[in-house]
Amino acid sequence: MNIVVCVKQIPDPAEPGSLDPGTKTLKRATKLILDESDSYGVEMALQLADAAGGGEVTLVSMAPNNEVSGLRTALAMGAAKAILISDPALAGSDALGTAKVLAAAIKRVEGADLILTATESSDGYTGTVPEQLAELLDLPSVTFAKHIEVSDGVVKVQRQTEAGYDDVECPLPAVVSVTAGVVEPRYPSFKGIMAAKSKPVDQLTIADLGIDPSQVGWAGAGQEIVSVEQAPARESGEIFEDDGTGAEKIVAFLENLKVI
Amino acid sequence: MLFTDEHEMFRRTIRDFIDHEINPHADEWERAGMFPAHELFPKLGKLGVFGIEYDPAYGGLGADHSYTVVYGEEFGRCATGGVAMAVSVQTDMATPALHRFGSHELKARYLAPAIRGEMVAAIAVTEPDAGSDVAGIRTRAVRDGDEWVINGTKLYITNGVQADWLCLLARTSDEGGYRGMSQIVVPTDVEGFSVSRKLDKLGQRSSDTAEISLVDVRVPITNTIGEIGRGFQQQMAQFQNERLIASYMATGQMAEALRRTGEYLQQRRAFGKALIENQYLAFRLAELVAEVDLLRHYNYACAEAIINGADQLTITKMASIAKLKAGRLQREVADTCIQFHGGIGYMEETWTARYFRDSRLLSIGGGADEIMLRIIAGLEGWGKL
Repeated sequence: MNIVVCVKQIPDPAEPGSLDPGTKTLKRATKLILDESDSYGVEMALQLADAAGGGEVTLVSMAPNNEVSGLRTALAMGAAKAILISDPALAGSDALGTAKVLAAAIKRVEGADLILTATESSDGYTGTVPEQLAELLDLPSVTFAKHIEVSDGVVKVQRQTEAGYDDVECPLPAVVSVTAGVVEPRYPSFKGIMAAKSKPVDQLTIADLGIDPSQVGWAGAGQEIVSVEQAPARESGEIFEDDGTGAEKIVAFLENLKVI
Repeated sequence: MLFTDEHEMFRRTIRDFIDHEINPHADEWERAGMFPAHELFPKLGKLGVFGIEYDPAYGGLGADHSYTVVYGEEFGRCATGGVAMAVSVQTDMATPALHRFGSHELKARYLAPAIRGEMVAAIAVTEPDAGSDVAGIRTRAVRDGDEWVINGTKLYITNGVQADWLCLLARTSDEGGYRGMSQIVVPTDVEGFSVSRKLDKLGQRSSDTAEISLVDVRVPITNTIGEIGRGFQQQMAQFQNERLIASYMATGQMAEALRRTGEYLQQRRAFGKALIENQYLAFRLAELVAEVDLLRHYNYACAEAIINGADQLTITKMASIAKLKAGRLQREVADTCIQFHGGIGYMEETWTARYFRDSRLLSIGGGADEIMLRIIAGLEGWGKL
């Protein structure tokens, strides 16, 4: 079974990040790493390919400056190859612009049975790319998967809900978003790291994908970040002196917050 | 030393592993006085940690020594020094001689499973009456046909309670002095082998340390590592791995301790300002950062010497210098970290307390500071001191 996993390379969350005052977006000049929320999709894909008795896991990613270090991590985990789209025209792309680029790249992968994504990225958090991708590829979309099984051209998904999960199934190919934490991503072993060095990363521009620059980046973005403000400092809490009515005051306070 | 993207990925793998698989359990394992080696080691085996420089024929990675440096520096960041020590016993204290001098059969039987992390190894040299003076060991292996019959006591054996086999140094002839000793692989499930005591230590409390008794223990002569009678020399070579990995780990540990202390001094306020705004505190930390950086680069020089195939005397001298300086600096750093934290630093709930206890071993274990000085002085040509 051939599986495509969309992965994002993001600035290391362990390093203090900052916003570019000009573009009002996250500075990405630093070395990028594999978004942890994508590592679950990669692991899920590797397990599904194993369970199916073979097949390739292909990564698709969009990143500035031909950055590949995050992709190398996923390749070291066991993915077979990667497609990376890097183009100055992509700066400022919104979720839909990103989905257009990823969809165009996924179309180049022959015989993709299943497309996995995270539910959302850890830096942008729009959480809309998986559904947009499915629409653009004209494929069924299942979101928030906590368990995936594939048999006879059908994907069976346990779809996480607030109450528990729904059993959902749809024909392949399909786009499925994987909830973070539902599998334990393997650590890239030393052998995997060394093998990743020689795995192919197909680096493309939007011209290679036949995408019009006006459809992506700042030019194509249907949304705009108007302003960015510091989060307000936390205000000090309310203090109730217990004059014999302390408990009642606390109950009233909590009722007011509608927590009891 | 040049670290490539692959080194950095390996570093990240180890760091993530420590953050997820070791540090969350640190407190529990410290309290228990032991960590589950047979659960943790197979996971580390999958990453390749136990065979970084070893022959791929036995499951090793066949990488060069620079990856050992990366592994060591990262393991220094363990929230419990005991686990780092136990892992380094398996990588750099109990197995190097077996890899270098052991027969194919012995390596297939004991090294390969140790590389996979399925077997836990320990190094057994020290005895109640012989620590620094290795030549004074009394454990004796007497030949009886195709077998050694071993009697003796070994002390302060890291991993000793959980080990599946020991790399044991024993007297195998009456030649005396540095001659007549051999390294023998002793599986721990043989009759006559027993753990007499699990020892209670000042620090490294998550690691099990044992006193071991051997009474008429029989193992095949073919369990001898390398040449019969060359055990002392082989062990001296193995000690260099031990001293270097200790120094690599110490720099990772010290850098992390200084970073955390700096962070605390930026948050903690006294006399109307952050503590770090006191020049004495900032400069003292800066001084130590400089010392750690010097040691790190000395470590890299040691690693390059190994990669470039330097002779044993050069490596012995460099490893002794690194270990000496690391031990002394570690004590200074740990003492400063606890001092700059003040009262809270003295509390068991703060990381500084454990670090202070753990830090003390480096100047004692793997050859005390005084032995390092003796070796360095000897190599300078100042005679046998």
